Amino acid sequence: MEVTYLTAINQALHEEMRRDENVFMMGEDVAELGGAFKVTDGLLAAFGEDRVIDTPIAEALIVGAGVGAAILGMRPVVEMQFGDFISCAFDQIVNTAATLRYRHGGRAACPLVIRAPSGAGVHGALFHSQNPEAWFTRVPGLKVVAPATAYDAKGLLKSAIRDDNPVIYFEHKRLYRSIKENLPEGDFTVPIGVAELRQSGRDLSIITYGGTLHQCLDAASIVAREDGLSVEVLDLRTLLPLDREAILATARKTGKALIVHEDRLTGGIGGEVAAIIAEHACESLDAPVRRVAALDTHTAFSPSLEEFILPNANKIVAAIRGLAAY
Amino acid sequence: MAHAEITAASAETGQRVEYELRLYYWMKLIRAFEDRVSLLHRQNKILGGVYSGAGQEAILTGVCAPLQPGDFVAPLHRDLGVFLVRGVDPGRLMAQLMGKETGLSRGKDSFLHGGDLEHGIFGSTSMLGSSLPVAAGAALKFQIKKEPRVAVAFFGEGASSRGDAHEAMNFAGVRKLPIVFVCENNRYAYSTPLEKQMAIENVADRAAAYGFKGHVVSGNDLLAVVQLAEHVIRRVREGGGPELIECKTYRYRGHSEHDAALYRDQEELLEWQSRDPIPQYESYLEKKGHDLKRIRAEIDERTRAALQQAVEFAERSPAPAPAEALEDLYAPAPMNPASNGRT
Repeated sequence: MEVTYLTAINQALHEEMRRDENVFMMGEDVAELGGAFKVTDGLLAAFGEDRVIDTPIAEALIVGAGVGAAILGMRPVVEMQFGDFISCAFDQIVNTAATLRYRHGGRAACPLVIRAPSGAGVHGALFHSQNPEAWFTRVPGLKVVAPATAYDAKGLLKSAIRDDNPVIYFEHKRLYRSIKENLPEGDFTVPIGVAELRQSGRDLSIITYGGTLHQCLDAASIVAREDGLSVEVLDLRTLLPLDREAILATARKTGKALIVHEDRLTGGIGGEVAAIIAEHACESLDAPVRRVAALDTHTAFSPSLEEFILPNANKIVAAIRGLAAY
Repeated sequence: MAHAEITAASAETGQRVEYELRLYYWMKLIRAFEDRVSLLHRQNKILGGVYSGAGQEAILTGVCAPLQPGDFVAPLHRDLGVFLVRGVDPGRLMAQLMGKETGLSRGKDSFLHGGDLEHGIFGSTSMLGSSLPVAAGAALKFQIKKEPRVAVAFFGEGASSRGDAHEAMNFAGVRKLPIVFVCENNRYAYSTPLEKQMAIENVADRAAAYGFKGHVVSGNDLLAVVQLAEHVIRRVREGGGPELIECKTYRYRGHSEHDAALYRDQEELLEWQSRDPIPQYESYLEKKGHDLKRIRAEIDERTRAALQQAVEFAERSPAPAPAEALEDLYAPAPMNPASNGRT
């Protein structure tokens, strides 16, 4: 059956809560309302109020209490209603959760999932559009995933829930109802730390993740049609740890790398990807590594501004053509 | 009274006497441990930040004594006594402070940030107050699983200003969580005095705003602390919801060993030292008819031996190998992740 990205997440939550009674949900408006986006719809009815918990507006508490329950053997899935609000829980994530195992000498585990609906292109303006992944991708002890398909949304969430480490799960709001796919029956997972080649190609590699995957695939088919270019598209899927082998393999194969993300250019994970390629695949390159990302400004509200700021298929096409010219 | 009842009553009294003497031993052990740590720091055998809890021993002794195995404690940064009362081996604790391989964090973090979950002790971070939400989460687990356990969150009056403290207490009140908030109000947050920290006299007064009881007790009076803690912990364990205990006390040393605390009035220190928890408790024991001189000599010998053993163990323990800096970051991947689909 075809399911949306949103339904895939909802299915993963239902199935994992059924599979393991230590899994529970906590966040703002996740129970009665079923979440601001209806991602947690039906969970309260299925599992009751001990396992689907509405909290006060208190992100530090939500994450901190998640840590407290997790170290005692629970598997909390906590929700930041909007990924933007994760800043309020920053200390609990980067200090309490990320260092937990390290400072307990390896004698503690923190199986906590922090779901963060993120991303722009939904007229959310400054505080409902952010892509805050790069605040976390340099923090040892955390894992960070950003699925771009319904299959990965389901499979990565299951892996995150079964993982004994804190995992931040960025789900892109624009994808919730805009993409659909047939999912296999039964239980499946997608491993954390493994990128996926979405399209094989010869002339150039695009390395991307999350919301921009679909724009990259659109751009690749435009240049295939109009320019006869064969573009390879690598979906990182996990941002911490990065799949370095997959990044280097595609860069070495085509000799040209374009990195695309919706997060801002400066300090985005694209810089790290570019550095990995520059350090280890320089001799295979035929062109400079290029990046397409959001401009270094805030995600402004007015559509004319937002469109100017964010990456899109046309901007990616232009970058592909620039790179192909080398 | 029937004979069996009399025997039971005197057995209970006997147990109580033993318990009260154990409290004394713990308080003496903690004080001796604190003093030794300060000395070892001056000798450069313990590096980094060292936060003495000298003067505040009655609080953690009195609060931890009624706890059971399986209860959860989040100590604050000067609560090394929590580790001792909960049964952590003094040698491992000393090795932790010396950054040794055999320490709780295997050299990864300093002082009390290495917790010991086997003894139900969470290693708090330096972001004071951030352990309160964690303790609330532990209490939430007990509530969800219907376990008769309690979580205890220690915090200072300084940390009570943090938003985390508010978020945790508010949530605990809403959910009626089995958690005891214990404020060690020692009047100074580093150099900042009480009057600059809060506009009210008692942190405990805030409990009413969260919908639960707040109590004020002298943190230098072990008997008062333990009696209150026993009642509170029993009520919380039975599902009565959270309570807050504020213990009025005083920090003898600086914020850390580096701090001479010149911002404080010397007379204030002397006046608090005249209310030291140890002699106060000793006079209680004397009034109960104990031979204090004998007991003190015995306990001093025990603590001396325990400390000597702890220091020897820690000093002889190896430093961690440099490459261990990259270990313990991640728990290993699950052995057998169920998967039948694409990767």
